[in-house]
Amino acid sequence: MAVSAVDFGAAAAKRKAEQPAQAPARRREPRRMLGAQALVEALKAEGVEYIFGHPGGAVLHLYDALYDSGLKTVLCRHEQGAAHMADGYARATGRPGVCLATSGPGATNLVTGLATAFMDSIPVVAITGNVPRALIGRDAFQEADITGITLPVTKHNFLVRSARELPRVIRAAFHIATTGRPGPVLVDIPKDVGVEELDFDYPETVDLPGYKPTYKGHIRQIMAAAKAIAEARRPLLYVGGGAIASGAHEEVRAIAEKCDLPVAMTLMGLGAFPGNHPQSLGMLGMHGTAYANYAIQNCDVLIAVGARFDDRVTGALDTFAPRVEQIIHIDIDPAEIGKNVIAHVPIVGDCRTVLSALIEKVPEKKHPEWWAQIDEWRREYPLQYRPGDTEVKPQAVCEAIYEVTGGEAIVATDVGQHQMWAAQYYKVHGPRQFVTSGGLGTMGFGLPAGIGAKLARPDKEVFVVSGDGSFQMNIQELATAAEHNVAVKVAVLNNGYLGMVRQWQEFFYQRRYSDSRMWSPDFVTIAQGYGIKAMRVTEPGDVRAALEEARAHDGPVVIDFQVAREENCFPMVPAGGSNSDMLGPKGWIE
Amino acid sequence: MFGGAFGATDGKAREHTISVLVENRPGVLSRVAGMFSRRGFNIDSIVVGAAEEPGFSRMTIVLVGDERELEQVQKQLHKLIEVIKVSELDPAEMVERELALIKVAADRTNRAEIVQIVDIFRASIVDVSPHTVIVEVTGDVKKVEAMVDLLRPFGIKEIVRTGRVGVLRGPKSSGVHGDRRRGLQAVGG
Repeated sequence: MAVSAVDFGAAAAKRKAEQPAQAPARRREPRRMLGAQALVEALKAEGVEYIFGHPGGAVLHLYDALYDSGLKTVLCRHEQGAAHMADGYARATGRPGVCLATSGPGATNLVTGLATAFMDSIPVVAITGNVPRALIGRDAFQEADITGITLPVTKHNFLVRSARELPRVIRAAFHIATTGRPGPVLVDIPKDVGVEELDFDYPETVDLPGYKPTYKGHIRQIMAAAKAIAEARRPLLYVGGGAIASGAHEEVRAIAEKCDLPVAMTLMGLGAFPGNHPQSLGMLGMHGTAYANYAIQNCDVLIAVGARFDDRVTGALDTFAPRVEQIIHIDIDPAEIGKNVIAHVPIVGDCRTVLSALIEKVPEKKHPEWWAQIDEWRREYPLQYRPGDTEVKPQAVCEAIYEVTGGEAIVATDVGQHQMWAAQYYKVHGPRQFVTSGGLGTMGFGLPAGIGAKLARPDKEVFVVSGDGSFQMNIQELATAAEHNVAVKVAVLNNGYLGMVRQWQEFFYQRRYSDSRMWSPDFVTIAQGYGIKAMRVTEPGDVRAALEEARAHDGPVVIDFQVAREENCFPMVPAGGSNSDMLGPKGWIE
Repeated sequence: MFGGAFGATDGKAREHTISVLVENRPGVLSRVAGMFSRRGFNIDSIVVGAAEEPGFSRMTIVLVGDERELEQVQKQLHKLIEVIKVSELDPAEMVERELALIKVAADRTNRAEIVQIVDIFRASIVDVSPHTVIVEVTGDVKKVEAMVDLLRPFGIKEIVRTGRVGVLRGPKSSGVHGDRRRGLQAVGG
């Protein structure tokens, strides 16, 4: 019957098999326990490793159950940090990150983190306490309607009305967060539910009759895509975050190599294809490479893989890709197809599954003329900056991080000029290595996300590239890094400005630097106050040595790079302009 | 071949009626209404009531938009976890009804005239007081509006309308057991 419990689809089951940390298949006898214990058992059943959170009145029962549960809790200094750590954990691994906050302000402090995860389709499960059921709706102390507040920034949310519902709800929350187009899910648990008894029996299936993501692409559309690729003269692969979410990096590479496709990536797609591969054009869009944007503007067949034609990628839509004859759009979310551009070949499905099928159908091809054109653009308009003789150039720091780590480190960024320079000059080699707030553009994301990523991947070096503005938005999480000795290496590109704001004011507001000039404290002293090793770099010649010293240190490090103050980020497509019209260091390009 | 394909709407905005089957859970109405306001779609009318199976509700939503907007509305509705099924009701193939209760000023001098109008419309008078009558009218929007127009000269004190509900004629169904993803097949294939 249509409304009975729904088993996982075959594709979903396959994905689950690839994600080891998931629910057990073994059925046990129900056990009598309290709601708070049931939550702990459910989280264990989901394979949760870390819970990033901050305690408070409404979650005392939950924290009490966590105390000797064996689950690792990370005490954050602000709930926003907790949400970003859970997010960074998820981005670095593909496994859901979990954060926990109390009612009222604790819960509302998560909102920016949830919105960040929502815009970038990151699986996060947020658990909030709420006031006891009898007080809900009565403006009780620390009450907030967090399910109402987070409605538009979560994939789904739940208010748990009795302890009995907990196992089903937690199972569903993790299922929804990690399948289809991933996203954050919030579970709000009134305080007294934590001490209500239930018979705990963790469900193997979820009962969500309205939720059935499509994984397998329609074969007729895949054939149409194969034909378009086979006939293309100037094809371009445009790869977004969906390719990383679905684990399609190998398939992206395989099809790119088989069909000789140039590959341009969105900010979220960086790492889906090796940045040092000869076929990589790097990032496209507002601060993308000139050659990637020219390739977009001149391609005849555009193959979008897990990308959503964001305004920062397309520029003015009516001038986007004017020579394109066929757009192939592969996305797991049907609503993305046709949202911003009309695709000629729409394929709803999981990027990896669809690409695997597509690779079989396309012939090997070479595009020497197209590549000759692209190589000319590469020679004519390389990504470049003027190296500093006396000043440390921010681009040089990003480049040096790339060189000393060999592109193998995880880089978490904040938001602004430094983020774009990191995206341009840190030519990330693999997926889940570039952790950045793409859609929402959340300043303050980098440090906590980097901490989450480092805890998730202790085997990986983690650099945080930040700016003096962004760093101060969640600087309190240095305490979390210090307390747990999380070895993130924070490179602050300190220019004494909110650099991207200043850049826009320079170009579009006659250099009226309204509140973009910014005083900052001494970051070295601040870091040392947290007991964290810190350095200051003012000379271009000292950049590498500082980075190497930071890498060698077993623990968190903050490096205050005092960089050129009024450096601009180029190329730049002014907002609402055409991708053909880019500003470079010497004015309009061409 | 590509002129105007990006971002633009085709300009032919018209009224659409969509039927949305949802799980009957707390908050589902605000999820649906919130999606409309967040994405800038306008709802002309929304009606919610129990569906044929316990645990499910059906919403009839009337909106004005072109084909692209309609497609986005349907897809975005489908993304809501508690939405089971979304289908557009073709105006040529559906029965649509609205009910209105109209409180009209009426006394001995004009009550008979009102009764006459009510009879012609196959509506009914459901309450009489010395100075008012309440008229109940059921029908499509045109009929309800015609009735309102005719009663207006008497002095309308209050109108309560249910909003529109619709169902497909004949054996076709957008029911709990029907073809679930009809609205999305055009995209998948």
